[in-house]
Amino acid sequence: MKINSPLEAYKFLPGTNCGQCGETSCMAFASHLIDRSLQATDCIPLIEEKKYKKKYDELVTLLAPEIREVVIGVGDNAISIGGDDVLHRHKLTFFNKTALAYDVWDTMEEADLVERVNKIQDFKKFYVGDYLTLDMIAVRSVSNDPEKFAATVKKVMETTDFPMVLCSFEPAVLRAGLEVAAEKRPLLYAANKDNWQEVAALAQEFNVPVTVFAPNDLDLLKSMAKTFADNGIEDVVLDPGTFPTGKGLKTTLNNFLKIRRAGINGDRDIAFPIMAVPFTAWMAHDDEVSASYWETVVASIFTIKYGDIMIMHSIEPYALMPQLHIRDTMYTDPRKPVTVDPAVYEIGSPTADSPLLVTTNFALTYYTVESDLSSNGVDCYLTAIDTDGIGVEAAVAGGQLTAAKIKKGLDDAGFDMEKLTHKVIVLPGLAARLQGDVEDETGAGVMIGPADSGRLPGWMELNWPPQK
Amino acid sequence: MSNKMKLSGLTDILKDLDVQSLEGVTIEGDIELDISGGGGLNPAMAYALGHEAAQISMHVANIARMLGYPVDQLFASAMGGVPQQAPVAGASRIPELLPTKFDVSKMSEWATPIQEVTLGATSADGGSRKNTVTLGGENALPYYFDAEMPHRNYVTMDVFDMPIGMAKSVKENYGDVINDPADWAKKVVKDFNADMVTIHLVSTDPLINDTPAREAAKVVEDVLQAVKVPIVIGGSGNPKKDPEVLERAAEVAEGERVLLASASLNLDYERVAKAATDHGHAVLSWTQLEINAQKELNRKLMKQCNVPRDSIVMDPTTAALGYGLDYAYTNMERIRLAGLMGDDELTFPMSSGTTNAWGARESWMKESPLKQDSDWGPREYRGPIWEIITGLTLSLAGNDMFMMMHPTSVQVLKEITQTLYGSIEAEEIDITKWIGAEV
Repeated sequence: MKINSPLEAYKFLPGTNCGQCGETSCMAFASHLIDRSLQATDCIPLIEEKKYKKKYDELVTLLAPEIREVVIGVGDNAISIGGDDVLHRHKLTFFNKTALAYDVWDTMEEADLVERVNKIQDFKKFYVGDYLTLDMIAVRSVSNDPEKFAATVKKVMETTDFPMVLCSFEPAVLRAGLEVAAEKRPLLYAANKDNWQEVAALAQEFNVPVTVFAPNDLDLLKSMAKTFADNGIEDVVLDPGTFPTGKGLKTTLNNFLKIRRAGINGDRDIAFPIMAVPFTAWMAHDDEVSASYWETVVASIFTIKYGDIMIMHSIEPYALMPQLHIRDTMYTDPRKPVTVDPAVYEIGSPTADSPLLVTTNFALTYYTVESDLSSNGVDCYLTAIDTDGIGVEAAVAGGQLTAAKIKKGLDDAGFDMEKLTHKVIVLPGLAARLQGDVEDETGAGVMIGPADSGRLPGWMELNWPPQK
Repeated sequence: MSNKMKLSGLTDILKDLDVQSLEGVTIEGDIELDISGGGGLNPAMAYALGHEAAQISMHVANIARMLGYPVDQLFASAMGGVPQQAPVAGASRIPELLPTKFDVSKMSEWATPIQEVTLGATSADGGSRKNTVTLGGENALPYYFDAEMPHRNYVTMDVFDMPIGMAKSVKENYGDVINDPADWAKKVVKDFNADMVTIHLVSTDPLINDTPAREAAKVVEDVLQAVKVPIVIGGSGNPKKDPEVLERAAEVAEGERVLLASASLNLDYERVAKAATDHGHAVLSWTQLEINAQKELNRKLMKQCNVPRDSIVMDPTTAALGYGLDYAYTNMERIRLAGLMGDDELTFPMSSGTTNAWGARESWMKESPLKQDSDWGPREYRGPIWEIITGLTLSLAGNDMFMMMHPTSVQVLKEITQTLYGSIEAEEIDITKWIGAEV
């Protein structure tokens, strides 16, 4: 983005405060343009009225992200990568989370292929109100046989709507894959120093995004990207090579750092999304656990440092879970609030016999507890105490979760203990040391719940209702 | 061919064909390309002009083709070859790569080095440690090409003065030493390659065993006897008791230059700071995910308590992967960037309680408590990698020292951070063959 203050964006808006965008003023709209929560197309007069055409065009150019955006796939499953404007997430936020692709190959038995594709597309993990899931299938040509490759691509398409990466350095193989899959807009992998003319021609002919691969040669990488872009192939992804071990890995990290810094600093010729291939860890490790671990370690480095799309092999849960979580970690918008409002929340349909539970107002803690309770059908009152957005264990250690705070939280929420038949407060296991204080402060009975809210349903079975 | 094309019309035709303007090139009536380069052409300029000329000829050829002339045969015979493949609409071959160089500047704003802090003292300095550990000294974000990182990352492994609750896969490594902190310390150094040992005096908490400070100090002496690496001494986290416990511990560890963990805003940090300065130790400045609180505490330690700059390490708090690591990462990254850019209240090395990763249910729970989730697989493999990724993430934010628990996590984290640091050699792998790899 070439501008960074709402005032600069405001100059290009109608200035009529018409409110059609849903904002109260053009200035308010301008600030949303700068934080990228709204787009120029959301201003209706700007796109509909001819007299604003020039301003609109200028504004769109100024607002375009520094790193180009590339779309892979079509329809609901299409995935955008790139589009970033900053080097550090606290400066704004990172956009378009890293796309995670997992491989299949063209020498697999059909049944194995289908099973593996299904495992990839079905993997899901619930987290803060939603599921974390994987994104793409990378089809590797191991046989080098165009027909086999095309058949594998076809089978993948029949099995899933996930977008694909078609992987071969052999143009004839890529062509065979494209003839089957071009309409699904797969990503081509890859043009290299030997085949780039033919692969470029394929990208043009089939109008699909394409990866350029120049291991540890940033001059060549930039040269290919620039050549492609200047010839109308603008959907380019950069693979500077992922060396999985030793000095090669250090060099790889620095290649990523250099490319992204140059791109954010305004070098348009290298301002494309970057691909990492943690898969290469499998070329350095023999046993599966070591390879999966190292692949996950490499994937994490490049999720944190500028990888926009990645190809992996392990689909073991102990690899997928941290990969999904580290991606969520980096792409969570740091501007979104850390806390929920302190209050007594009703989970399910609580009655006078239902338990009264205590947790903190740290959003992650609250939503974790809330989902553990609601997904297991536990009816209860859940009190979010204002701990300045700090989790239970740390808040007990730091003095943000105390008996006085719990009393105040209940009072401020206007919660009447008298309406409960049991007059009992259930504290988190990690706040057990507050038991005596809370009894003294509130006059209620106190029970100590489990240290992890995932165990609340089981704990309820054993301990609720409390014995008189 | 009855149609005669007027060359004067060529520019207009080219315009319709969307040819970009040709600076320095004009097309004369007699089909001369007048190239005004002014004092000779450099190769890049010549190349660019050649490219434009080729573009023109291509468009002119297209016009000829539209007029029905068999252009391709003509070109084929003129170039002495045959057309390579059937012409495809819009997919003419790009003749050459555009020559260009990649270049990127170093960060000029990173002008302030991070303070170096040395822990442990050898006999030369009046201690009995076999080696010291120096943290900090960076001039850039970790592993960045802008400046060499002077010291690698270090791992200090946790030892407790009483048996505590631990995840099963952690506990099974310590079953034989769980009742003896000295043996436990020996084990983490000898068997698990710990760079340092942290002795946590958790039993001193009045709500646990209320072990008197004097007794706890004996445990510190035992650990100092048992191992020769630098040590960290942690209290129980009880803000009323910790100052007294750390005072006693600092006293018996005099000369060894330990790290006292920790001073914080919610306890009498002056007493902890004084215990450190009186006995020549360093102090851990612990705050909770809040950069301004970190500045405030560091300022108080320096100005109010006169702790020397070379004796402060920060712990800005570690939240586990999936449980607030985004805050912990960004908090550390902001602290480090501020330090490098000259905020002298934040130019200190950092430490992470990476063991906190074991608080995440993903690391220890047998299976997901949510029925909708995919199978979580064996927890023996989930736990260590949760600790590894939590630590690795913070290492990229600038964290220098890791307090850790599981031997596998320690081994892998040391390998990855030292790989990024540049001290691990490995056989080179031909990654150009990855697509066809049999795995």
